[in-house]
Amino acid sequence: MVDPTPFPIPEAAMTIRDLTVAYQEGRVLEGVDARFAAGAMTAIVGPNGAGKSTLLKASLDLIARRTGEVRVFGAPFANMRQRVAYVPQRAAVDWDFPARAIDVVQMGLYGETGALGRLTGGLRARAADALARVGMADFAKRQIGALSGGQQQRVFLARALAQGADLYVLDEPFAGVDAATETAIVAVLHSLRAEGRSVIAVHHDLATVPAYFDRVLMLNRRVIAEGPVGTAFTQTTLAATYGTALPQKVPA
Amino acid sequence: MWASLTLQAGYNAALVSLGAAMLGLTAGAVGAFLYLRRRALVSDAMAHATLPGIGLAFLAMAATGGDGRFLPGLMLGAALTAGLGLLCVQAISARLAEDAAIGIVLSTFYGAGIVILTVVQSAGVGRPAGLEGVLLGQASAMLASDVTVIALGAAVILLALWALRRPFAMVAFDAGHATGLGLRVRLLDTALLALTLGVVLIGLQVVGLILIVALLIIPAATGRLWSNRVGIVVLIAACVGAVAGYGGAAISATAPNLPTGAVTVLLAFAVFGLSVFIAPRGLLARWHHGR
Repeated sequence: MVDPTPFPIPEAAMTIRDLTVAYQEGRVLEGVDARFAAGAMTAIVGPNGAGKSTLLKASLDLIARRTGEVRVFGAPFANMRQRVAYVPQRAAVDWDFPARAIDVVQMGLYGETGALGRLTGGLRARAADALARVGMADFAKRQIGALSGGQQQRVFLARALAQGADLYVLDEPFAGVDAATETAIVAVLHSLRAEGRSVIAVHHDLATVPAYFDRVLMLNRRVIAEGPVGTAFTQTTLAATYGTALPQKVPA
Repeated sequence: MWASLTLQAGYNAALVSLGAAMLGLTAGAVGAFLYLRRRALVSDAMAHATLPGIGLAFLAMAATGGDGRFLPGLMLGAALTAGLGLLCVQAISARLAEDAAIGIVLSTFYGAGIVILTVVQSAGVGRPAGLEGVLLGQASAMLASDVTVIALGAAVILLALWALRRPFAMVAFDAGHATGLGLRVRLLDTALLALTLGVVLIGLQVVGLILIVALLIIPAATGRLWSNRVGIVVLIAACVGAVAGYGGAAISATAPNLPTGAVTVLLAFAVFGLSVFIAPRGLLARWHHGR
């Protein structure tokens, strides 16, 4: 019997083909091909300067790429923006900005409110729910500059949750956060995965890769290895990615 | 002075004070977003770059037999060279730091404008008397029709600002995230600068091009001292601007040759200076908190 659906079910959350990024100093990423599985949590790991953040930013059209094509759930990224939530590095913004935690979370709703639209009661409730989901309900009216680094990171995650996206792209979500925040964020990301959503995160702590993530992309200006943590995250691939200078002992 | 402040110094004086208040309101509101986006100094370069355009527009209108001081004509010339100045800032800051680009453009365009204005005045073309009012503002010389131009311009600018308030705030806080959601950051930045240019143009006669930057920055900085929410920062900035504009026009009308811009800036600074001490984010609160 012929399958009545003309389109194949997209099993990849994001595919990157032949992505090259060059700054004035030279090439940062060279012909990167990558495929991020849908419904899975994938870590992007690699040494400093490997181009991890650059890969995310170039894929999401935040910086120019020389070559490359990016598809999200099978369609060009430009058509799928609303289904992708991006969580930048916390250090990328000025936290002295005049906003409360809930104001920042409501920025994630822009796709639905539009430029002129007002926030309806339902949208407000969704922002409040997103803040509660990261354990920050009591801080909704707190000025963002008065929050700790971990709390700020949770607000960023809540803003992404409010968007209701299917793919979450996070740039170092655990950088400079306390242990309680790390636990809370991992729990939220795992619950997203349980809902069938997809997560991609730049990650630095190699020791926690197997515990947190299903899949891994080893990057050092090009893709060194990609696949399930069990097969792609090995001493061999680590050595190939980091050279001889491994930053820490990894449970093999 | 009391009569002037309470709108009892005659119909035209009252009209001028209200026009100045509308300008202050608009400058405060637009300036708040400019301040949050950290682009306030670009507006200074833009304002100074209006001067050659004003001189050239005067020459063009006087040479064709019109009134060289026709305000919409002067504003058009001002807008053209201000836009050119802005392009120069962008071109130079692609290679050098932006503060250097601003300094180069601001001083060069202003110098060119002074040369043109001096030539105009010594050549005896048209009736250039009072044209130098665009430097520091001469609200008392304004006509009722000028106030209409200001009011219309202010209304258009405020309407556009209202429509774009959310994307402007999002870009100011986190341009990367805003881009991810599909906001056109470059286009929005250009729109904000266009609104700023509008403020500069309707402010030419009231506060003048040299000091308009103060009306864009000081009310915004004052609002920031009072509130931690974008909407309230904008509202307070607009109020401070309106009070300063109104008072500046009313007070400057009481003494001959007192430039409106200078009085307006001093009033705005008085509110800011007071706020530095007593506002919730001010020094007293910090000392109290520190103890």
